[in-house]
Amino acid sequence: MSNTKLELTPGPATSPEHEAFLRSVRMEKIKVRVTQILILVIAFGLWEICAQLRIVDPFITSQPSRVIQTIFTLHQEGVLFHHIAVTCVETIIGFLLGTILGTIIAVFLWWSEFISKVAEPYLVILNSLPKIALGPIFIVWIGAGPAAIIVMTLAISLIVTILEVLNGFIAIDKEKIKLVHIFGGSKTQVLRKVLLPASFPTIVNALKINVGLSWVGVIVGEFLVSKAGLGYLIVYGGQVFRLDLVMTSVFILGIAAAVMYQGVVLFEKIVVKNPK
Amino acid sequence: MKKIVQIQNLGMKYQSLNGEINALTKINLDIHEGEFVSIVGPSGCGKSTLLSIISGLIKPTEGRVLVDGETVSGTSRKIGYMLQKDHLFEWRTIQGNIRLGLEIQKNITPDTKAYMEHLLQTYGLFEFRHKYPSQLSGGMRQRAALIRTLVTNPQILLLDEAFSALDYQTRLAVNEDIYSIIKKENKTAIMVTHDIAESISMADRVVVLSRRPGTIKEIYSIEIDIEERTPLSSREAPEFQFYFQEIWKELDVHV
Ligand SMILES: Nc1ncnc2c1ncn2[C@@H]1O[C@H](COP(=O)(O)OP(=O)(O)OP(=O)(O)O)[C@@H](O)[C@H]1O
Ligand SMILES: [Mg+2]
Repeated sequence: MSNTKLELTPGPATSPEHEAFLRSVRMEKIKVRVTQILILVIAFGLWEICAQLRIVDPFITSQPSRVIQTIFTLHQEGVLFHHIAVTCVETIIGFLLGTILGTIIAVFLWWSEFISKVAEPYLVILNSLPKIALGPIFIVWIGAGPAAIIVMTLAISLIVTILEVLNGFIAIDKEKIKLVHIFGGSKTQVLRKVLLPASFPTIVNALKINVGLSWVGVIVGEFLVSKAGLGYLIVYGGQVFRLDLVMTSVFILGIAAAVMYQGVVLFEKIVVKNPK
Repeated sequence: MKKIVQIQNLGMKYQSLNGEINALTKINLDIHEGEFVSIVGPSGCGKSTLLSIISGLIKPTEGRVLVDGETVSGTSRKIGYMLQKDHLFEWRTIQGNIRLGLEIQKNITPDTKAYMEHLLQTYGLFEFRHKYPSQLSGGMRQRAALIRTLVTNPQILLLDEAFSALDYQTRLAVNEDIYSIIKKENKTAIMVTHDIAESISMADRVVVLSRRPGTIKEIYSIEIDIEERTPLSSREAPEFQFYFQEIWKELDVHV
């Protein structure tokens, strides 16, 4: 039984061929990473130089040094982390709510075949509708504030989650469910012992998709209504023609989104034990 | 001997939009306590349907099944049902999988836990109890599935082609294992199989079903004159070939 492990962790490389192979794999990795960093440095470098030499107009394109400057200014004004926090909190609430509510609704749809059949065409229409079109409706109904932004986010991620998780439920081997019935299990037990644990990877996957979708929802929401947040900074910067502010916000947004995505990936690694 | 399962005038029709499928008709069979009965028949003749009805998972459209003298109306703890695949949950350890039935029946007590350990130990899975199913061989997985069924202590075991996923060698070994477990624990067993040799080697009686709608064509009492009968020794007995040819002919005529 331990031979599965042996395959995963190769023993000491005895043959020179194997060592050469390992070296080439390492080299390849290093090459990729160096090229990636180089591209970044060159791109920002060119951008900076072009702006310095007035080949492009930094008033329109901004430039890396100004972005850094803007970050400092925002920090000195004491609003930098406020804006970041507002957007991140809205996003986190949005994708957690989207995933949890979506899963709960999927459970209901699985529970009652009747409801599921009735809901099907509505889900299809809602899924294909560009949810951003609903933004003004939410603002009128809920008021221009964080609540409307979160609802916007929810609107974007909810239907996808429902469909994703429901498909996960349906894909589960019927015989596994039969097994629970054989032992005299109830529908609740089927849910607890089979459905939820079996679709846990699907749910975590939905979480991953929802991180991305929630950023879209939050930024669109902030474009429409907000008084704070990165989306607000972007719109505001655009309106007053401060491209430095816009670029800075986009830059921070990229980092925040990447960090959050990695967070979910890490969560997945910890929680979805994958016994091999 | 006590009649533990009585199948009376059983019939089953499935309804679908394309029409009606008459899966079983007029099945009458009594099974005694401690008996091992094999069921063979052409593909689609309703063998799985028969087991599902006995287990109480589905209701017959005609006739009835009595277990211990009571009409079956739903699943019952008296009956354990082993499916074709082991269906171990990959997110649970072997021990976690084996507990499943007890968990569902809310019957985890020091006694049942001790019994679980005893079974794990007897059938060579104790060292593997914290492993995941993917780390076990096919034969070990099948044994784990059997323990999962046995640990809830059913009187009657239903086996639906429970070994057909295994390769021939492993299958013979698992046959040996499971036969001795069933005899040692004094269970009644009803086994569906495609394999005539397997049916003869394990069973006290072999029931041959006709093509759909399945009904009993013939019942063979397997009398093999060996002191300590096991599936392997049965296969080597002189009577084995005779039964094999009889059952093969019976099946072949109408397939
Ligand atoms: N849930 C169902 N709804 C409709 N028809 C069904 C259903 N289950 C089985 N049948 C039909 O009933 C007949 C008997 O099925 P069953 O699975 O009992 O046969 P079987 O003898 O076990 O076949 P096999 O040897 O292939 O396992 C088949 O024709 C099958 O198509
Ligand atoms: Mg079958």
